[in-house]
Amino acid sequence: MSTALETPKKQRGPARKRPWWRSPTWLGVVPFFAFVTLFLLLPSVRLVMGAFQDEAGGFTFENVRSLFQGQFLSAYWTSISLSALTAFLGGILGGLLAYAALTGGTPRWVRPLLTTFSGVAANFAGVPLAFAFIATLGTTGVVTQFLSETVGLDLYDRGFSLFTFTGLALIYLYFQIPLMVLVIAPAIDGLRREWKEAASNLGASSGQYWRYVGLPILMPSILGAMILLFANAFAAYATPYALTAGNVGVVPVLIGQFVRGDVLANPGQGYALALGMIVVVAVSVAVYSLLQRRAARWTQ
Amino acid sequence: MRNVSWFKLLWLVLGAMYFLIPLLATLQFSLQEGRDEYGFGPYKYILTDPLFRQSIWFSFKMAIGTIVLSLLLLVPTVYWARLRLPRLLPVMDFISILPFVVPPIVLVIGLLALYRGAPSWFVATPVILLCGYVIHALPYVYRSVDAGMQAINIHTLTEASQSLGAGWGTILLRVIVPNIRVALLSGAFLTLAIIMGEYTMASLMLFNAFAVYIAYVGETQANPAAALTIISFAMTWITMMGLLAIGRRAGRGQAQIGGAR
Repeated sequence: MSTALETPKKQRGPARKRPWWRSPTWLGVVPFFAFVTLFLLLPSVRLVMGAFQDEAGGFTFENVRSLFQGQFLSAYWTSISLSALTAFLGGILGGLLAYAALTGGTPRWVRPLLTTFSGVAANFAGVPLAFAFIATLGTTGVVTQFLSETVGLDLYDRGFSLFTFTGLALIYLYFQIPLMVLVIAPAIDGLRREWKEAASNLGASSGQYWRYVGLPILMPSILGAMILLFANAFAAYATPYALTAGNVGVVPVLIGQFVRGDVLANPGQGYALALGMIVVVAVSVAVYSLLQRRAARWTQ
Repeated sequence: MRNVSWFKLLWLVLGAMYFLIPLLATLQFSLQEGRDEYGFGPYKYILTDPLFRQSIWFSFKMAIGTIVLSLLLLVPTVYWARLRLPRLLPVMDFISILPFVVPPIVLVIGLLALYRGAPSWFVATPVILLCGYVIHALPYVYRSVDAGMQAINIHTLTEASQSLGAGWGTILLRVIVPNIRVALLSGAFLTLAIIMGEYTMASLMLFNAFAVYIAYVGETQANPAAALTIISFAMTWITMMGLLAIGRRAGRGQAQIGGAR
């Protein structure tokens, strides 16, 4: 050990007996923790407190109770089912896409192209993404018109609309699938060739290898990635707001209406809605880190 | 074996179609001047709109501010914690994922509630937005800085510098930072991509950021909005290429994930 890092000798004895908060070492991390407290922790605490206050400032459970009724309950139901659906579909489609591009048998240039494009598409979201789909599948969208002019198929007469739950799910997949590709790629790369060789030496078919070796190893990573996708879709605000302006009532859009003051109700309900989001995401992040720990076993 | 390859190829083609058709449709939309006339009109409209330059400049300044403030906060803190307070590292790891649990739409309502009535230099200026952005970018910047510090031996570097008589400022600025500049750059590029497209906080705090401008144009003019979408896609693409180029120099070409949904 070098002495350069230690405190000078004469202070050494007492310094060791002093509790950690008496030594000035921790002062170095004060600015960071102060910033996080001021702009992340305290706002969250304020929010939680606000969720339990009525308009006069008294304590109440009414705001939280209202989450389980009518409009708010259905907003949570829409948000959770939309996020779960796109997480599940995005997870499967993205996983298959990553498998197709990253394992053998495909041209070499596919891989860097897919990862680059996934990086762009996973970051290309919000308002511009909503516009891209309006230009494609909106009422006067390019694909909508193409289908009605060439095949005579009028999507909007057949009951399709971009500005509904289905349309929103279709758009969410545009960032969910690339996100899945990026998140699952390291796990697919981590599948060792030896495992497959060992399996086929023992007489396993390709299907048996996936059924008994590949998928069980990948499963924690796949589930973990799907939870990440769920939280990602659940927090989305810009895309649903720009697309439907509130037609499809997802929770973030409802919260936005409270902030904008479009909804003349007590602010406590807005805080309660936000608190509900924190709870849902916190539970999914907790499950995610559990699964990550299991997945880490195989990626040493 | 043949069959497997066909299956894979089919997937890749379907995937490519799903991702390319909206872009091509938007491109065609952005080049329409009338019912059947094509030209660069929508692009000219956007590029000559003073609001376009103002909003993009605003978002760029916010992105640079976020990068500078995040690095000022995180580089010394992560360095110090790794060197002297390793027990704090799990706490910092935990804090760094909290912004996922408190997403922008939730953070903005908390910030506005907490700082209602605060001094106007704070709430009536982009300073409050900047603070929100630093929190929003925290997971990504923290991960880059932490990975950078983990890859070098900060203990040895610090001891060597100290034995040559360097003070803390010199060690940080002239020894540690140059050694982790690739990690810092990749964190900076990702933050740039995230903040340039951020809509939620900016719109609810009533600032005219780039994404807010895109939404505003989209409410009234469809073709210029498509042109803006293409411009925005190109900007994301360029930022990501920059990120990948940096990553490749560092020996890892993995794209990263951020994003403003």
